[in-house]
Amino acid sequence: MNRQLTSDGQLKHLLTLDGLPRATLIKILDTAESFMDVGEREVKKVPLLRGKSIFNLFFEPSTRTRTTFEIAAKRLSADVVNLNIATSSQSKGETILDTVDNLAAMHADMFVVRHAQSGAAHLIAGHVAPHISVVNAGDGRHAHPTQGLLDMFTIRRYKGAFHNLTVAIVGDVLHSRVARSQIHALTTLGVPEVRVIAPKTLLPTGVEQMGVKVFHDMQTGLRDCDVIIMLRLQNERMKGARLPSAQEYFKFYGLTLDKLALAKPDAIVMHPGPMNRGVEIDSEVADGAQSVILPQVTYGIAVRMAVMALLAGGAAA
Amino acid sequence: MADLLPDVDTLIAQLADALRPSLTADTALVGIHSGGVWIAERLHRLLQIATPLGMLSITHYRDDFSRIGLHPQVKPSRLPFEVEGRNVIVVDDVFYTGRTMRAAMHELFDYGRPASIRLAVLVDRGGHELPIRPDFTGINLDIPPGQNLTLSRSDDGSLIMSLA
Repeated sequence: MNRQLTSDGQLKHLLTLDGLPRATLIKILDTAESFMDVGEREVKKVPLLRGKSIFNLFFEPSTRTRTTFEIAAKRLSADVVNLNIATSSQSKGETILDTVDNLAAMHADMFVVRHAQSGAAHLIAGHVAPHISVVNAGDGRHAHPTQGLLDMFTIRRYKGAFHNLTVAIVGDVLHSRVARSQIHALTTLGVPEVRVIAPKTLLPTGVEQMGVKVFHDMQTGLRDCDVIIMLRLQNERMKGARLPSAQEYFKFYGLTLDKLALAKPDAIVMHPGPMNRGVEIDSEVADGAQSVILPQVTYGIAVRMAVMALLAGGAAA
Repeated sequence: MADLLPDVDTLIAQLADALRPSLTADTALVGIHSGGVWIAERLHRLLQIATPLGMLSITHYRDDFSRIGLHPQVKPSRLPFEVEGRNVIVVDDVFYTGRTMRAAMHELFDYGRPASIRLAVLVDRGGHELPIRPDFTGINLDIPPGQNLTLSRSDDGSLIMSLA
């Protein structure tokens, strides 16, 4: 799937972290670092994307991701148009590609796409004119590359490096596009031990082939971890036969202070949001000293600025 | 050609002498990455300036971004003082088209409204494309457009000017 790289290796679209070289990931993280101070200045803007039009196409609801993409684009001085397509012409029967063609006719330079269907962003990237870039802001169960990148950025900020870490991803890996993006990024960046901790019913078959160690209980899985990434348990999963109840899930897989004590004393706790307090994470942990959940949100802006700046610029010098 | 290029240390000393009379208690030096920062570090020491040294990376303000994209090694800007109301002297190694200085001024104003901005450069090589001129110049050289005048720093910290 290297539709996202040009023939000379430049990033054209960001669709998935799967297959992106380490150097590209590092370049995005370094570029994000250079944008970190913009939010703290008198004028919280740089003129890089002045005159560019970015369309946020959200076919699925989102608050955090859409807002941080919007802020990121505005801090780069782009013009941003937000479309919540769940409530617009799609409901009148227009196809995705017709919607995209119409917006391209309004001189769009970039599309940021969130869709419940895996592969939606790929479809659009394969369809648009060559000057337009596409960023996947989450497609079905497939990928959420900017979330994966901001998680890597957070880990690097707190831990300094990747080569000496043990990272555990806990929870509903089966339905999580975030987990897939994280696993690709962590292994590419050289994290020696990536663990997933979940009941069998919430793990995709063959997850080991992604280069992770599988654990079914927190007591062994969390031991000596440097980073714990909690995943959101989607309530609708409770309806099927996958889980008995939220209380039962919390008892075995919810992150409490007691369970957190099994990890290294300086372990950080991450969560992509939105959190279900008392289901996958206890409030004492979410609001505790080891939680970096809110910094993740702040870093998400710098990371999305980096992605959009790298996509919209010409070939790097 | 190399023997015609001036000695960098001599130029920096001359530049420091030229700057000295116009310094005030609140003057801040700001070097532009990378060469400008190296020179600003020297000037900062020679002139014993109290305000911490500032550094500007104009990468996010370049006017050729849509052609060449982001420079791969983006060094962050650091202005460890209040820009608002400050007398700022921007320092760069080679003054050429004036586009770097245009970008630097744009960026400075995003940190606040300085009382004044002046520009000190080691070399003014001609070829200006904007109505911007240095206030303090180490030396004027007439370098043809095809040639590249660059400052480099060796491991021991010494600065060398070269033409390619």
